[in-house]
Amino acid sequence: MTDQLIPVDSYLVESLPEIWFGAVLFALGMYVVLDGFDFGIGMLYATRTDEQERETFLSAFGPVWDANEVWLVAFGTMLLAAFPRVYSRLLADNYLLAIGFVLALVFRGLGPELREQRDEQRWKRYADYAFVGGSVVAPLLFGMLAGRWLFGGATLPVVLTGVGLVAVSVVTGAAFLAAKTEPGLASELRSYGIGATLAYLVGVVVLLGTVVLTDAGGAADTVLSLPVAAVVALSVVVGLGGSLLAKRGQYRVWLASALALPTLLTILVAILLYPTIYPPTGLLIREAVVSPLALNLVTVLGFPVLLLVLWYFKFLYGVFSGPIEGDGYGG
Amino acid sequence: MGLTTLLSTVDLGWVALLSPEIASRMQFGWTISVHIIFASLSIGLAPFIIYFTWKDVRTNEKQYARLRSFWVKVFAAGFVMGTVTGIPMSFQFGTNFPQFAEVAGELIGGPLAFEAKMAFFLEAVFLGVLLYGRDRVTDRTYIISSVLVGFGAWLSGFWILIVNAWMQTPRGYEMVTRNGMEVAKLTDPVAAFLTPRMPWMYVHMMNASVISVALLVAGVSAYIVWKKPDAEAWNTALKLAVVLLIVSAPFQAVHGDAYGRHVADTQPQKFAAMEAHYETGQADLHLLAFPKSPDALTDPRAENLFTVSLPAVGSFLASGGDFDAEVIGLNEYEENPPVALVFWSFRFMVGLGFLFIGLALWGGYLMYRGRLSDSTRYLKAMIAASPLGYAALLTGWYVTEIGRQPWVIQDELRTSEAVSSTLTGTEATLTLFVFVVVYVGLILTALYVLKWLVREELQTLGVRESNEGRWRGPIPVVSDDD
Repeated sequence: MTDQLIPVDSYLVESLPEIWFGAVLFALGMYVVLDGFDFGIGMLYATRTDEQERETFLSAFGPVWDANEVWLVAFGTMLLAAFPRVYSRLLADNYLLAIGFVLALVFRGLGPELREQRDEQRWKRYADYAFVGGSVVAPLLFGMLAGRWLFGGATLPVVLTGVGLVAVSVVTGAAFLAAKTEPGLASELRSYGIGATLAYLVGVVVLLGTVVLTDAGGAADTVLSLPVAAVVALSVVVGLGGSLLAKRGQYRVWLASALALPTLLTILVAILLYPTIYPPTGLLIREAVVSPLALNLVTVLGFPVLLLVLWYFKFLYGVFSGPIEGDGYGG
Repeated sequence: MGLTTLLSTVDLGWVALLSPEIASRMQFGWTISVHIIFASLSIGLAPFIIYFTWKDVRTNEKQYARLRSFWVKVFAAGFVMGTVTGIPMSFQFGTNFPQFAEVAGELIGGPLAFEAKMAFFLEAVFLGVLLYGRDRVTDRTYIISSVLVGFGAWLSGFWILIVNAWMQTPRGYEMVTRNGMEVAKLTDPVAAFLTPRMPWMYVHMMNASVISVALLVAGVSAYIVWKKPDAEAWNTALKLAVVLLIVSAPFQAVHGDAYGRHVADTQPQKFAAMEAHYETGQADLHLLAFPKSPDALTDPRAENLFTVSLPAVGSFLASGGDFDAEVIGLNEYEENPPVALVFWSFRFMVGLGFLFIGLALWGGYLMYRGRLSDSTRYLKAMIAASPLGYAALLTGWYVTEIGRQPWVIQDELRTSEAVSSTLTGTEATLTLFVFVVVYVGLILTALYVLKWLVREELQTLGVRESNEGRWRGPIPVVSDDD
């Protein structure tokens, strides 16, 4: 039955493996953008001592963080479904990084959940440590994991990728919060956001410079190509432009430009990985991809669902749009 | 030097005691044990949440608002724990069992991706609405959100069990060489997704979740009713839970019996381990079994046990009616699963299953007499039984998973071949240790959260706590002192 509906020996369309490469990176991008601002909120949370402000921060991402985090699972399972060799080598070769990352996610997720269970100072402090610690360590290690994917064992580029993800998370976190809070708090957040933007842009340039000089992961030629130059230039324009808008108090536009930064970062990752999907081993997309029937099946069943998921997200963010009220969103 | 290299060069001596395979198996087993508690909590609570939400919105009766708010909080805490424990698990396929992920990727990757996209997103997105959106969406959207959350939980179990059932009775693939490695290539999606084991497993697991949560709801309700007999909401919840138990507990026994026959047909080695049946031939059924010596605890050969057995009934059950049917014994195989674990887990699960039927019938009788909330003995029994559903559910999983050893994919891939070749014993043992510590903390926290929720509820109900007649059992006590 399926044999007639879905081709067995050929891909639905000739470029389906490349389309799936795009789909996997799309899920990665959604994760980096959406959970990125959650991490940023977690880091900025450490700068607040006022209980009311802390509550506001938690309310800002309470209804959405869990859904945001699911993009990580979507990314991981899509990678497994389409490119099992890449999934398994990436995680097996970076064992402690990967385990460290998921444990950081455990603490980040539990912190806010536990905090509200009990009205006691010491308890809340521990919950806050878990939340802030997880929010810093998770993007750092996830970025390092991405760095290992791109550049193999080279240390400096790997660490810089991690730091870059931390910085860009602060940018999006600050912009997201600024768009949702009252002007006084927003202008404080703005300065963190602008500082992080500058740090991020410098970091990206230093990272790529290092890669060119040391040819880490054999990526020097790719980095010196036009697409990479274009993405970097665009990041600089968007980052600086966004910072200017933030200075003028146009927080919603700033948010849009801030979210563009991790998007561009993901595009950069895609460029660096194409067509060698696992540079440390030289494995190409076409070599790593699963057989036609399997890929056709996940396409036919999965892509419509992906559209539905995007619609849910539009609905979810619609329900919780607008500024945070005094007591959060109400229960 | 990367972090991995750095840590793997540290020689901690005693830490390197466990081999990568053993440590990985323990780590995965431990992670899934904790995860499954929270996953099945979502599955089992789903019908309660939907019912309470619907009644609350439609009838506007206070008691349903109270029940909804209480159990949605439990659901949310469970869901967060389920998420934070589930993500490490999905990574462990790659970190600890990369050869398995690569060999089976084409078969299991699809269902796992569907779980994330179809079920997990649904649950996470609409739980956000259910938790924070009461004033922001219409009544109808609110009810629909509860249904979608519940549907997501049940759908999630469906896709996961497709993967697990395939590992038990793999179908719909052929082995091919890709990148110099023998991997499974999908040839027939219908056969691969709807394996013989799938319907058995799904029904058994979903019902086990319902039983576990029914016992939990009954236990919490019984505790509150015991403290505050006229708490209307909690009398309702208790009744509901007992009714659900009356339906689900006996059904599990009937279904489990047929499932056992299916296991005997498809995984004779596992069936033999469940019965500690070593010699091929007629099999007895051990109704009760106690070890004669400590040895029999770890190696439960039939003759080393005090048993109350039904002669030949093992054959009867395995074959579905033939007392003389030959049942293959464990001696036929070169390698066997740890028989004792499977044998005792199976007995533990079945024993608890019968206990649940007893509790259900007792509750049914009391309800018929209109004395459900008055019988202190029954209330106490239900409080004590509240964690037992999970004990049965976990031991059931041990039968399924440990019983499949030495195979990770039955008759296709051994667990020893599935483990990472680059993983060191130190790394695996170290992370196992961290997982144990962190997850123990997690379980304790979950119990505390439940305790605080119950205490808060009692305070709302105006119960003043005293130490008189207080419960000294598995549920944390309610007191004024903290």
